Amino acid sequence: MVENRPWSNLFAHLILIAGVALVLFPVYVAIIASTQGPGQFLRGTLPLLPGGHAIDNYRAMLDTGLSRAGAPPVGLMLWNSFIMAMAITIGKLAISLLSAFAIVYFRFPFRVFFFWLIFITLMLPVEVRIIPTFQVVANLGMLNSFAGLSIPLIASATATFLFRQFFMTVPEELLEAARVDGAGPLKFFKDILLPLSITNIAALFVIMFIYGWNQYLWPLLITTDPDYYTVVMGIQRMTTAADGDPLWHLVMAAVVMAALPPVLVILFMQRLFVKGLTETEK
Amino acid sequence: MQTKRMTFPGRWLPYALLAPQVVITLIFFIWPASQALYQSLLREDAFGLRTTFVGLENFVRLFGDPLYLNSMKVTLIFSLGTTLLSMSLALLLAVTVNRMIRSRSSYTTLLVWPYAIAPAIAGVLWWFIFNPSIGIVPYLLDMLGYRWNHRTSGGDAMLLVIIAAAWKQISYNVLFFLAGLQSIPQSLIEAAAIDGASPLKRFWTIVFPLLSPTTFFLLVVNVVYAMFDTFGVIHATTSGGPSQATNILVYKVYADGFVGLNLGSSAAQSVILMAIVIALTVVQFRFIERRVNY
Amino acid sequence: MASITLEGLKKSYDGKIQAVKGIDLEVADGEFIVLVGPSGCGKSTLLRMVAGLETISQGELRIGERRVNDLEPAERDIAMVFQNYALYPHMTVFDNLAYGLKNRGFKRHDIERRVADTARMLEIETFLTRKPRQLSGGQRQRVAMGRALVREPAAFLLDEPLSNLDAKLRVQMRVEIKQLQRRLKTTSLYVTHDQLEAMTLGDRLVVLNQGQIEQVGTPMEIYTRPATMFVATFIGSPAMNMLPVDYLKERGANGVLDNLPQGTDIVGVRPDDMRMQAPAQPHLVVESTLELLEAAGAESHLYVRLAGSEQPTVIRTSGQPPVAEGETLRFHVIRDALHPFNRDTGQRTDC
Repeated sequence: MVENRPWSNLFAHLILIAGVALVLFPVYVAIIASTQGPGQFLRGTLPLLPGGHAIDNYRAMLDTGLSRAGAPPVGLMLWNSFIMAMAITIGKLAISLLSAFAIVYFRFPFRVFFFWLIFITLMLPVEVRIIPTFQVVANLGMLNSFAGLSIPLIASATATFLFRQFFMTVPEELLEAARVDGAGPLKFFKDILLPLSITNIAALFVIMFIYGWNQYLWPLLITTDPDYYTVVMGIQRMTTAADGDPLWHLVMAAVVMAALPPVLVILFMQRLFVKGLTETEK
Repeated sequence: MQTKRMTFPGRWLPYALLAPQVVITLIFFIWPASQALYQSLLREDAFGLRTTFVGLENFVRLFGDPLYLNSMKVTLIFSLGTTLLSMSLALLLAVTVNRMIRSRSSYTTLLVWPYAIAPAIAGVLWWFIFNPSIGIVPYLLDMLGYRWNHRTSGGDAMLLVIIAAAWKQISYNVLFFLAGLQSIPQSLIEAAAIDGASPLKRFWTIVFPLLSPTTFFLLVVNVVYAMFDTFGVIHATTSGGPSQATNILVYKVYADGFVGLNLGSSAAQSVILMAIVIALTVVQFRFIERRVNY
Repeated sequence: MASITLEGLKKSYDGKIQAVKGIDLEVADGEFIVLVGPSGCGKSTLLRMVAGLETISQGELRIGERRVNDLEPAERDIAMVFQNYALYPHMTVFDNLAYGLKNRGFKRHDIERRVADTARMLEIETFLTRKPRQLSGGQRQRVAMGRALVREPAAFLLDEPLSNLDAKLRVQMRVEIKQLQRRLKTTSLYVTHDQLEAMTLGDRLVVLNQGQIEQVGTPMEIYTRPATMFVATFIGSPAMNMLPVDYLKERGANGVLDNLPQGTDIVGVRPDDMRMQAPAQPHLVVESTLELLEAAGAESHLYVRLAGSEQPTVIRTSGQPPVAEGETLRFHVIRDALHPFNRDTGQRTDC
């Protein structure tokens, strides 16, 4: 910075601390609430210091859930969310890598047409075509299944674009050298292109895992069987019940558990996360 | 559109490589979207027994329907409110973080993680904080003499969902503003300082104009986010209420189609939403093209 | 090892733009051929056509007795060194060298032996476990050479392999490449735009311009008897001076220009052949004004303007002559130093 006056630095730190506090506040409240006993919520306001029921609450939610609200154990829902997120992430990466490879490294009839076909998916988020997509999945018998939870969300123009962009920056000579060295298309893909793309793949993995984990509307639509509930949508079922009964300590325990995996992913892979985020949106 | 200078020969291989993505796109994107287009021209009778072709009548009805027009107004207020609140807080935080040297990365870490939180969960968190009977904020507001109740007051409910949606988006905006700030050459700011501009003046005359590509980009992204990705915020908290006060377009498509089972109208609403997404995407791409040409 | 035969090779893009306009060339087994020309002359395209990286629009290409027009690069038994080396960045030096052998199904211990032999020859044994980005420019260049050598191909194709090195390293590698090729006697095609590289490396030079061959010959043939005005001015530094015959006759030619071949209207004179001392033989005298003196130590370049002409002309002398800028100088040119050309055809007239 051009100048560094002590008082302006102090002021800057105050702004940032206030900002961080604002960002942290709701989660802090949730964590505090998740440590309280059931009686706390009958008495009016929530205390701002942790109570002593953390282990009870978390164990109860992990193992049994809120049967009154029709919600299965959080442990099961976490597992379902994990499967769905992983399936979406791996599926997206796989099909995007392959199609970007085809579009960049081959010339064939209708190449541009296919590119635009994929491009269109950018403009059609699930939220705007809810009913017909639901009908298609229902007709295919994919309701209440992991296939139904993940496959319709796998097509991704964003990842295809990113990989196309990246492939275009791979030096031409690498392909030529590989061909002189006797590598065919699939060998080139496996031996050269994939290893070179590894940072991009990892960065996208972070973004897509969070995207997959946080799906809400889609699981809400296609799962009626609690065995397939994912944790983010399952919480909504609990709040509906919690609003009547004072079950907030349990709901907040579930909220904390639902938010934890993606938050951990970001905290531990911040560099990849930032790269993934800024590059997918370019 | 470009390929590599040299490409692989192959008659069927490129099609095989494209097949998975193309098949999924056709089945789960193109087909449902065309179904939505088709259904938007039909009407089902009350028992779902007969469908008749009604042309554009579903659209005509929508634009004459006070509930739909209300939903448009609500969406507008919600999107603008969320975008402005989130972007202005994020800009303030990003500019402040950017002047830190040693603590920059710690503050960034502390600010970026809410990106990981699902909109629905963000909604539940704030719903809880603002809970009229046990929430902390209503308790404090009560001491100031304001009785907060988002179950009965449409304004309170709108404010609640705006806060929840904006809170979740701050981290995203901070990251992009930071990237934008870091691409402004330090020498420009130093030149302005030598020219005698005060810090505040430097911000408004140098930094803010140079940041405008980022700002515009975020504006579009935030509006898209507020319009389409916030279904969870609404559904997990107000469910569009009280009395339609937070019934944004995306939520209404769902409510009319899934709960109200009015397929024709829901499909017509889908078509309108698609038109909006396409328009926003075009705006965004036009803008990106221009940025590339700089 | 094999000869390479190019018969009427043509390359056109979209059936319109012709990058290579019909090349006939016979490269003998073990010969080192340098393709030289200005950028855009088609030399790289021609090399890439031989490699199989560009399709051949017309004509025939044979390596040995095999017609290879439609073969994949890998099937042509050639190896290539790229300008930017194109080393696989994620592989170690060993794996870079071994990749082509692995793809060809060599046995593990054969691969290890061959890589070890090549590494020893190029003195890169100590880097075998490193990645390319941990190497200096010169070391990368050696690895790129190694990747070509290890395969023991029928022919080497080198596409400006030294142009990314600094001047000192370039000279050193040039010598090494020459020695290596002498020892291995592998047929080589070498592309460069640097005429010094071309002159010092090639058994024969192929001078290309606008997709066509201007001249093929040994370096000395090309230098002493350039077949066209293009070759004359392209090879040699500073470039050959071109003086119009009419102009020289006007200034008094002393009969030196009387017996020029039919059609000669311009003559070329190398900067070295314009002498400040008058020789005993009959000679031309050229009067000029010295505009700039470039003293480069062992030799000097005199940039002069000929009297009554706008034509800039360069003279090279050894040492540093006792002249000052602005001075009027007389130069002397003997008959044997003249290269007669026809300006319209661009061809040499005495052959």
